[in-house]
Amino acid sequence: MLDILLPILLFSALALAAVGAVRRIRLWRQGRPSPVPVLRGLAAVPRRYLVDLHHVVARDKVMSNTHVATAGGFVAAMGLAIVVHGLGLGSGWVSGVLGWLLLAASATMFAGSLFVARRRRDPPARLSKGPWMRLPKSLMAFSLGIFVVTLPAVGVLPADAGGWLVALVLAAVVTWGLAELVFGMTWGGPMKHAFAGALHLAFHRRPERFSTKKGSGGNRSTGLKALDLEDDQAPLGVETPSDFTWNQLLGFDACVQCGRCEAVCPAFAAGQPLNPKKLIQDMVVGMAGGSDAHYAGSPYPSPERGDQPVGEHHGTPHGPIVAPASTKDGKALVDAETLWSCTTCRACVEECPMMIEHVDAIVDMRRHLTLEEGATPGKGAEVIDNLIVTDNPGGFDPGGRLNWAADLELPLMADVERAEVLLWLGDGVFDMRNQRTLRALVKVLRAAGVDFAVLGNEERDSGDVARRLGDEATFQSLARRNIATLAQYRFDCVVTCDPHSFHVLKNEYGAFYPEGQASDYPVWHHSTFINQLIEAGRLRLAPGQAARVTYHDPCYLGRYNGEYEAPRAVLRALGVELVEMQRSGYRSRCCGGGGGAPVTDIPGKQRIPDMRMGDVRETQAEQVVVGCPQCTAMFEGVVPPAGDEEVAVKDIAEMVAAALDTTPVSTSSTPRDASTAQATEEVMS
Amino acid sequence: MQPESAMTPGLEVTVLVSVGRHPLTGRARRADQDARGVELARSLADAQVRLLHAGMRDESSEAALRGYLGMGFTELSLLEQSEGADVLPALAEALDAASPHLVITGERAERGEGSGLLPYLLAERLGWPLVSGLAAVESVEDGVATLLQALPRGQRRRLKVRLPVIVTVDDAAPAPRQSAYGPARRGAFEATAGPVSADDEWASWHVQPARPRPKRLKIVKAASARDRFKAAAAKAEGGSGQVLTDVTPTQGAEAILTLLREEDVLR
Ligand code: SF4
Ligand code: SF4
Repeated sequence: MLDILLPILLFSALALAAVGAVRRIRLWRQGRPSPVPVLRGLAAVPRRYLVDLHHVVARDKVMSNTHVATAGGFVAAMGLAIVVHGLGLGSGWVSGVLGWLLLAASATMFAGSLFVARRRRDPPARLSKGPWMRLPKSLMAFSLGIFVVTLPAVGVLPADAGGWLVALVLAAVVTWGLAELVFGMTWGGPMKHAFAGALHLAFHRRPERFSTKKGSGGNRSTGLKALDLEDDQAPLGVETPSDFTWNQLLGFDACVQCGRCEAVCPAFAAGQPLNPKKLIQDMVVGMAGGSDAHYAGSPYPSPERGDQPVGEHHGTPHGPIVAPASTKDGKALVDAETLWSCTTCRACVEECPMMIEHVDAIVDMRRHLTLEEGATPGKGAEVIDNLIVTDNPGGFDPGGRLNWAADLELPLMADVERAEVLLWLGDGVFDMRNQRTLRALVKVLRAAGVDFAVLGNEERDSGDVARRLGDEATFQSLARRNIATLAQYRFDCVVTCDPHSFHVLKNEYGAFYPEGQASDYPVWHHSTFINQLIEAGRLRLAPGQAARVTYHDPCYLGRYNGEYEAPRAVLRALGVELVEMQRSGYRSRCCGGGGGAPVTDIPGKQRIPDMRMGDVRETQAEQVVVGCPQCTAMFEGVVPPAGDEEVAVKDIAEMVAAALDTTPVSTSSTPRDASTAQATEEVMS
Repeated sequence: MQPESAMTPGLEVTVLVSVGRHPLTGRARRADQDARGVELARSLADAQVRLLHAGMRDESSEAALRGYLGMGFTELSLLEQSEGADVLPALAEALDAASPHLVITGERAERGEGSGLLPYLLAERLGWPLVSGLAAVESVEDGVATLLQALPRGQRRRLKVRLPVIVTVDDAAPAPRQSAYGPARRGAFEATAGPVSADDEWASWHVQPARPRPKRLKIVKAASARDRFKAAAAKAEGGSGQVLTDVTPTQGAEAILTLLREEDVLR
C-alpha cells in the first residue's frame, strides 16, 4: 500500500510546492526592477551557501553543525526519496545502495533535528516562537517517517510489515513532514527561509559581498547605493513595500528569524523602538499584505509602554510603510521612530546569516521621509538646512574652517598644489574637543616629516550625515563639489581622522565622478597611516606609558572598512597594556553617534553611549582609545555612575603625539619641530 | 492647532515670498520670515494658499524659491521682473486682480533694500488694513479675522480685523517646516509678465556688505533673582546718548575718552 501512497504523496507535495513558488515569486516581483545575472547567480548558490553563509553561521559552532546535519540530511534524503520512493528507480543492488544512503541521510537529519529540538526547549529571547516551535517536531516527523518507510526497501523489514494500520500512520507522519518541509517552503512556513534564502543568495543586490573561487572579492560592500536623481518627476526613496527592488523583497523573505541582529542591535538594547528582526518581518507582512499580529518574536521596545504590542500595525504592498503626517491614528506598517532609531552601525548586517541588508532598507525608507515628506525628526531638518547653506552641519561660517589652526601654519593645497598627503580635516574643525585631536595628528605628521597639505576653507562636509538622514540630494551635491575640489590637486593619498569621511571618500564618492574620471588615490584612516609611519620607522616613540587602555572600534572603521588591526598595532608599539572589551572587533558595539542618531534623538530607556561606557568600565581600563570624533563626543558626554572614576577618552593620534620622543637627535633636527612647540603643550595638557 | 470649524471654508490666502540670503554665506535660500508666513498659512484649515513672488528669475533665485514649493505646494506664481525693479506696482496689481482674503508676508526682505516698507506701501495702495508681527491667526468668521499679534517680551495682543488684510510675520511666528526636495523640484513656476517699473533711485545706490555693529554690554546690578530675570527680559534701552556738533577734534576725543572711562573700558 505504501508503494502506491508514497509516490502520490511525494509528487503532490512537489506540485503544491511549485504552485506556492510561483505565488511567492509573484510577491517579490511587485518590487522595482533590478537586473541580475540569472544563470551566473544560480550557479553561485552552492559556493555562496557553503563558504560565505557558513562563515557567518559558524560563529555559533553548535548551531552550524546542527544546520549542516539537518539541512544536508534533508536535501540528500529528499533527493533520494524521490528516486527511491517516488520514481521507484534502481533495481537489485543499486536500489539497495540507494536505500542505505537514504537511511543514512534521514538518520543524520534526525540527529540534527534533536539538536534543533534541544535549542527550542528553552529558547533565548532572540528566537521567534510561534510556528517555529513546531519545526523540530516536523523535522523529526519527516526524518523518522522516511527512515521507517525506507527500511523495507533495503530488506530489513518485510514490505507489508505491520499491516495497513501501520502503513496509514506512517503515511500520515510522512505527510506531516512533507507539508512542513516541502510545500511549507513556498507557502510561508518556517522553511520558507530555505527557498527564499537560496534565491536570495543567487540574486543578492550586493554580489561583491561573496567570495569567488579565485579568492578575490573583499567580501565587503558597505557603501550605500546611489539614488538616481536624474528623473525629476520620479518619487524618491521607498514609500511602499513595492518601492523596494524585487531582490530586496526576496531578501526580506529569506529571514529565518534567528534574532542575531536583534541581539547585537544597540538601539534595541537601549530600548528605542527598533528591532531589526521585526523590521524585516514587517516588510514581509507589507509585501504580502496584512497585520503583524502573527509575529512571534520580541516586539519593538517602547519607552512608554515597555513593549509595542503586535497587531496594531498593518500594511499592503502598495500602501505607505510609514503613515503620512496627515493620517489620524498615525499607524501603518512601521512608525517613523523605528526607522530613525538606527545608528547605521551595521552590526545586524554583520551578524545576519542570511546576508540581509537592513541598513540599505532603512536608508531607503528614510530617503522617502526626508526627500518626499520633509519629515526628518529632531534637529535633522536644521542640520540638513545648515549643510545646504554653510556646507557644515553646525551652521558655522565656512570661512572659519582653519581658525583653530591659526598658529599651526598648515600648508594649503591652494598654495602648494601637490603634496604627499592630503589631510582631510572633517567637520571636527569646528569642535573644540576634536581640534585637540587634529593638533595631535598634525604634530605626529610633522614629527614624521610627512609632506602634507589641507584644503582649508575649500573643504566641505563629506555628506555622510546628510546621506544617512536620507537626504541624498544634499549628499550628492556635497560629494560632487568635493570631488571637483579634489580633482584640482595632486596628492598620493588622503588621510583623515574621521572614519565617516573616510568611508564616504573611500567607498561612496566613486559613483559620483564625472564620466571618464575616477578616484585614483587611496584613502587612509589616520590609525592606518600612523601605523605605516611606525612600521617604516619614520616615528620615534618613547614607549613606557604604563596605562591600561581599551580600544573601541568605530563602526565606520571596523565593520564598514575592516580595519581592526592597525589601531591595535599602534597601541602595541606604544607599549600600553591593551585589554579588549567583550564586544570588540567585528562585534564592537556602536557608540550611538552614527547615522544621524544624535541629531534625530529618538528616546529610549537608556542611552547607547552609556551602555558602551559600561562595557569600557568592565575592563577596568583607565583610558578608552578611539579613532573617531563622533565616538569621542559621545563617550565624553557620558556621566560616570556615582562613585566611579572618570575614564579618559583619547584619540589614537593623541596617544601617539604624547608618546613622541622629542629628545633632540643630533643627526636630524628639522626646523618644523620648533614651530610646533606650542601645539605640543596643547596636547599634553 | 485651531479648531477647524472656526475657519471659513475657502479662505483665500496669498503668501508673498522673496528670495532670501543666508547671513553667513550669502547664499540664496527661502527667506526665514517668509517661510514662517508660509507655515502660518499652511496651518490654516480649509485655506487655499497661493505663493506669489515678484522678482528676477535666474538659477539661484529659482533654487531658493523651490524651497517654498518643498513645503507642500505644486506651483508658485511668479511675476517676472528685471533686476532692481520696484516690485510694488506689479504686486499691487496682481493682488488687486486676485483679491485674496488674507495676504501674509515676512516683515522685511533679506536682500535688496530690505527696508520693511513694502507691506505698508502695499496696504496703502490697496487700501487694506495691515497687522504687523503676527503670531497666529486664531479664527476667521464672517469676513472677520481674529489675530494674535506678538509684542515684545512674549506678550500677545488679540485683534479683530475685517478682511481683506495684509499681515506680516517675524520671528515670533511658528518655525517653518522642512522643505522636501522631491516636491520642491517637481513644483512648477506659473510665470506671468506683470508691469515692470524701473527703480532709478535704487540703481544709483552703492551697496556693500554691512559690518556687524558692536553690541552694547548690559551691566546688571540686581540683588535678587527676580531683578536679574527682569533685567534679562527687558528690552535694551538706549537714549542716554549725546550728540556733539561743531566741536574741535580735541574736544571730540576728550568726550570719547570720558565716556570710555565712565564705562570702565579705560581705567
Ligand atoms: S544598523 Fe545597528 S542600529 Fe541599525 S538596525 Fe542594525 S544593529 Fe540596529
Ligand atoms: S534578519 Fe538575519 S539576523 Fe535578523 S533574524 Fe532575520 S536572518 Fe536572523
